[in-house]
Amino acid sequence: MGTTLSAGTRAVAKPARRRNYARQYWPFIVPAGVVVFAVILFPWLFTLFMSVHDWHIGGDRTFIGLHNYGRMLADERFGWAVLRTLYFTALSVVLPMVLGVAAAVVFHRNFPGRGLARTLFIMPMMATPVAIALVWTMMFHPQLGVLNYLLTSMGLPPSAWVYESGTVIPTLVMVETWQWTPLVMLIVLGGLASLPTDPYEAAVLDGANLWQIFRHVTLPLVWPFIMVAAVIRGIDALKAFDTIFVISNGGPGTASETLNILLYLQAFSFYDMGYASAIVVVFFILILLVTMLLLHFRQRDALS
Amino acid sequence: MSTVPISRRRSTPVKRRMRRVFGRMGLYACVCVLVSPALLVFLWMLSLSLKTEVDNTAFPPVFIPQPPTLANFAEVFRKNDFLQYTLNSIIVSFSGTGAALLIGVPAGYGIAKAKATRAALLILIARITPGLSYLIPLFLLFQWLEITGTLLPIVITHLVITVPIVVWIMIGFFEGLPPELEEAALVDGATIWQAFRYVAMPLARPGITVATILAFIFSWNNFIFGIVLAGRETRTLPVAVYNVLTFEQVSWGPLAAAALMVTLPVLLLTLLMQKEIVAGLTAGGVKGG
Repeated sequence: MGTTLSAGTRAVAKPARRRNYARQYWPFIVPAGVVVFAVILFPWLFTLFMSVHDWHIGGDRTFIGLHNYGRMLADERFGWAVLRTLYFTALSVVLPMVLGVAAAVVFHRNFPGRGLARTLFIMPMMATPVAIALVWTMMFHPQLGVLNYLLTSMGLPPSAWVYESGTVIPTLVMVETWQWTPLVMLIVLGGLASLPTDPYEAAVLDGANLWQIFRHVTLPLVWPFIMVAAVIRGIDALKAFDTIFVISNGGPGTASETLNILLYLQAFSFYDMGYASAIVVVFFILILLVTMLLLHFRQRDALS
Repeated sequence: MSTVPISRRRSTPVKRRMRRVFGRMGLYACVCVLVSPALLVFLWMLSLSLKTEVDNTAFPPVFIPQPPTLANFAEVFRKNDFLQYTLNSIIVSFSGTGAALLIGVPAGYGIAKAKATRAALLILIARITPGLSYLIPLFLLFQWLEITGTLLPIVITHLVITVPIVVWIMIGFFEGLPPELEEAALVDGATIWQAFRYVAMPLARPGITVATILAFIFSWNNFIFGIVLAGRETRTLPVAVYNVLTFEQVSWGPLAAAALMVTLPVLLLTLLMQKEIVAGLTAGGVKGG
């Protein structure tokens, strides 16, 4: 209350002028607004419209109400895709989060060559996904791939990587982790850089060791940033497409067919636009739910 | 770190120095463990692209090309319209980024000044929507407008990625600028457009650089829009490289060479502009598609 009052008295002369100007800023927003409407809002509305139709490319379209949504409930392939997506997402959030926080702690220390090391570390997330997916595909080759050579030369059994339904999703998670741990690291590193130093000095004086300092000082302070990174990671993992599409293309069989891959097949292989649109709507709701769930954790932790 | 005020463990200077040396070594070991997976994959890509087909399919693998050959790169250009695809990628990414800057920078300014949080929220929702969901309606729209088969649909869809990146970063930058300078300009009789063009925009140049680089990179890397919309003549580089794998050839050398050439501009940009890129990514957590 105190702060709002003092701000109000200080800006006594301003409100009239401010309000005047705020209206005048709309021409700045209009061109972008038109584009956003055309390429973002229109597709949303049109998707809702298509999802209640039986709509095949080259065929007639008929209004069928919520039939597409009902069909989804009975569609086992869709159900499995949802479960697979959640499995892939859970792993692709947890692993990059753990590694990313650890990496942020390391890169927060000052050492010669830090800039170069950090740049090399973020290369995987900047590189063209298709290009690195192709290199991983070659490395996963069961007979000629370099990864199985490395495994066997260390005395470990070779893996089938993406060529077996049991190992394909963990393998894809490995690529996803390799690619997106840097983003988690950057966000948490930004958080670490903004922390006050006093609690550390107090902890050192109290004789805390490095692990205790991390667990009881760093982690609670940087937690909001970790949650932001987790939300972003969760959204991106749900939407993962390029690497899965190139490396396994949903296979073997349908063992790595996530929602996004199924969506692609329905829309652009089977040209079943109505059903695909209904999947988009459900997919979007799923993303919103996961986002809200993660934000809920953030809020709860902030309160406690 | 090294200025521990009270040493409780009564350690001798030698012991303390030992501990510091081990700490340093531990730190460097950690850095090596973190950086090497990234480095090794790129080095392996380079190695594959410089070896002959015999060496690439040898087991145990040949790690260092002996001698390195550029034949794979030559083959990529000989067997494919690689120049055409490069040109397509350049046209798409440059016009996608340019158009986004043209409309996104003023929009970011307007949203920041008018405190239009709802508009900012819309940008955020655009960020969480999967790229494919835009494609289904836009695909039908482009068919209806009969502009499929040209680069125009691809440029338009790339706006889905570039506009939110530019607007989001610019909102943050314009909000961070002190308002006093523009207010002074307005009091002196400048129009709002002049205050934006001659006061705010020059100050926000670092933000514009960050937005340009990130929008360009994520547009260049984009695969999903091209794979659906591009015909044989209008493939962008990522789509072309994917098609090289699946339809035209399966030898590893040319494939790795093509992959390397596609991603090299982005890697160089990352090396040269790492400070700007890190700043932009830390601020927005942006990513396209």
